[in-house]
Amino acid sequence: MIQLSAITRAFHMGDQEIRALDHIDLEIVSGEYVSIMGPSGSGKSTLLNVIGLLDRPDSGRYQLDGKDVTDLTETEQARVRREKIGFVFQSFHLVPRLTAAENIELPLILTGIPPAERKTRVEQALAAFNLSERARHRPAELSGGQRQRVAIARATILRPTALLADEPTGNLDHRIGSEVMALLEDLHHTGTTLIVVTHDRELGLRAHRRIAMRDGHIVADEQ
Amino acid sequence: MKLRDTLQFSFKTVTSYPIRSFLIILAMALGVTAVVVLTALGDGARRYVIHQFSSIGTNLIIVLPGRAETAGSFPGAAMGQTPRDLTLEDARWIGQLPQVRRYAPLNVGSAELAGASRLREVTVLGGTANILPIRHMELAQGSFLAHGSQHSAQIVLGAKLAEEFFPDGNAVGQRIRLADRRFIVSGILASQGETMGYNSDEIVIIPINHAQALFDTTSLFRILIEVRNRSDILSVKEAVRQALIQRHDGEEDVTIITQDAVLATFDRILRALTLGVAGIAAISLAVAGILVMNVMLVAVSQRTSEIGLLKALGAPASDIRRLFLAEAAWLSLTGAIFGLILGYLGSLLIRLAYPQLPAWPPVWASLAGIMVALTTGIIAGLLPAARAARLDPVKALSGK
Ligand SMILES: Nc1ncnc2c1ncn2[C@@H]1O[C@H](COP(=O)(O)OP(=O)(O)OP(=O)(O)O)[C@@H](O)[C@H]1O
Ligand SMILES: [Mg+2]
Repeated sequence: MIQLSAITRAFHMGDQEIRALDHIDLEIVSGEYVSIMGPSGSGKSTLLNVIGLLDRPDSGRYQLDGKDVTDLTETEQARVRREKIGFVFQSFHLVPRLTAAENIELPLILTGIPPAERKTRVEQALAAFNLSERARHRPAELSGGQRQRVAIARATILRPTALLADEPTGNLDHRIGSEVMALLEDLHHTGTTLIVVTHDRELGLRAHRRIAMRDGHIVADEQ
Repeated sequence: MKLRDTLQFSFKTVTSYPIRSFLIILAMALGVTAVVVLTALGDGARRYVIHQFSSIGTNLIIVLPGRAETAGSFPGAAMGQTPRDLTLEDARWIGQLPQVRRYAPLNVGSAELAGASRLREVTVLGGTANILPIRHMELAQGSFLAHGSQHSAQIVLGAKLAEEFFPDGNAVGQRIRLADRRFIVSGILASQGETMGYNSDEIVIIPINHAQALFDTTSLFRILIEVRNRSDILSVKEAVRQALIQRHDGEEDVTIITQDAVLATFDRILRALTLGVAGIAAISLAVAGILVMNVMLVAVSQRTSEIGLLKALGAPASDIRRLFLAEAAWLSLTGAIFGLILGYLGSLLIRLAYPQLPAWPPVWASLAGIMVALTTGIIAGLLPAARAARLDPVKALSGK
C-alpha cells in the first residue's frame, strides 16, 4: 500500500524553480497494476523515484505499507528499497563486467544471503525468465530483450512488493517490448504491485489503472 | 553486505580491469621492492661490518699509542707533546694481569720480499705466537713462530705469497729475504681472504723483535688483549689504563678501545642508515598511494551509474564505501605481495653477485613494507570511497 499526501519535489535551475511534483496525492493498493503517462518533463520519473525512495520529497508525507517512510535515514531507506522495491529501467542498468547470472545475483549479495542459496535462487530465476543458456554471457553479448529480462529477474529475485518500471520498453522494438510487458504482467498476476511509466499509449492502456501527469500534477486517474 | 562478499566482489572488479590494476599493482610493488631491497642492502652492510669485526677476534681490547680524545682532558697534547712509546715492556706488564688470557703486541710496516727470482712489496706484521689465536687465523702448513723463538729469523707467509714465491708448494723450510734480512719460512697461513681492509693472504708475519729492528722502532703499533671472560672487558680496560698511566709517569697517553664499543657504534650507525634508507624507499610507496587515489577517483566517476544501480538495489552508503575501500586494499595488498617477491628476488640477486654481502631483507622491513603499502592504499581509497558513497542515486543512475 503506497500513500502519498501532498508530495512536492522541486528543482532549482538558477533562480528558476521547477516543481517536478506539485502537491501530489496518490494511493496505490497492493497488487494494483498502474500505468503513468504524460508528456516529457511532466514528473513521471520523479514520482517513481520518490515512490522507490531513491529521491526525497521537499514536503508531504509518504506511507509505505502503513509505515511513514518520509523521514527514514539513508540506511533505513536503503533497507526498505532492498526488501520492498524492485526497479526496472529503460537503459537496463546491468553491470557490464558481470555475467547475466552475476547481475541477477547482486540483490542477494547485498542482502547477505549465503552463496549456496544464492546459486539455487539465481538458477530458478534464470529458468523462469528463459535465460538459462545465457547465464554466463555478459550484457554486451545479449540482445535488448534479453538484457531487460535479466534486469527484471534481478529486480524481482528478492520478491519485492512493488515493481517500479520507468519506460521498460523504451529501448526495445514493439514486439520485444510487448513480450517484456507480458513478463511484467505475469509478475503482477503473482501479486506484485506493478507501476509502469510509459510513453506508449497502447502499452499504457493495458494497465488496470491509468494515471496521466502534466507539469507535476496528476491530471487524470482512471480505473 | 557480508564482508566475504564485499571482498569477493571487489576482487572481481580488480580482475575486470586488468591493465589499470596491473599498473597500480606495479607501482605499489616497486615501492615495496625498493623498501625490501634497500633495507636488505643496509642490513647486509651492517652484518658485513659486524662480521668483519668479529673475525678479528672476540673479547678483545686494543691499546694504541697516543690519545684519541679531545685535548681538554690532556694538557700535554695541547702543548704539542708527542705521546710516549708503547713498548714491549708495557705489553708484557699487561700480560701479567690475571684476567688476561693472552696478549699480542703488534708492529706493522711494509718491506720488500725477495726470493726465487721474485720481488715484491708486502705488508709485514711483527708479532708473537699469540697473534694467531687472537686474530683467529690458521696455518695451512708448517708451524707458527714458536714460543721462545722470537729471536730466530722465522717468517710465516700468506697463502697467496707462498703460492707466488713457491709455486711448487714446498715453501716451508726455504730461505727468503725480507729487506736484506734472511728468513726461513716456518709456515704458511691458511687462505682467509679480505678482513678489515687488508688481505691476510698477502702478508708476512715475522717475530716482533725482528720487525722492530727492521723498522727501527721500539714503539708498538698495537697491543691486542684477549680477556678470559667477556664480562671482564670493562674491568680489564680500566686495569690496563691504570697500569699504563702508572708506567708512563702518570700521564694517560694511550687509547684503549674495546671491540664491543666499536661494534656497538657501527651497529648503531648502520641500523640508523638502514632505517633512513627504508624511509626514503617508503616515499615511493606514498607516490604509489597517490596513484591509487587518482585511479580510484577515476573509477568512481567511471562507475557512477553502477553505484547508482547498487543504491537502487538497496545498497546502503556503507556498502558502497566498503566496496571501494576493499578494492583499494586488494590493489595495494597484491602490490605489496608482488613487491615482497620482487624484493626477495632482488636481494637474492645481490647475494649471488656479492657473496660476501649478507643482503637478507630484515623481517621488520618486509612487515613494515606490507603495512605501509596497505595503509597508504586504504588511506588513498578513503576519499574516493566517501565520494562514491555520497553520490545521489537518481543523478548517479542518469550518469550525471
Ligand atoms: N536533477 C534535476 N535537476 C533539475 N531539474 C530536474 C532534475 N530532475 C528532473 N528535473 C526536472 O523535473 C521535471 C520532471 O522531470 P522527470 O524526469 O520526472 O520527467 P519525466 O516525466 O520523467 O520526463 P521524460 O518523459 O522525459 O522522462 C523536468 O522539468 C526536469 O527538467
Ligand atoms: Mg522520465
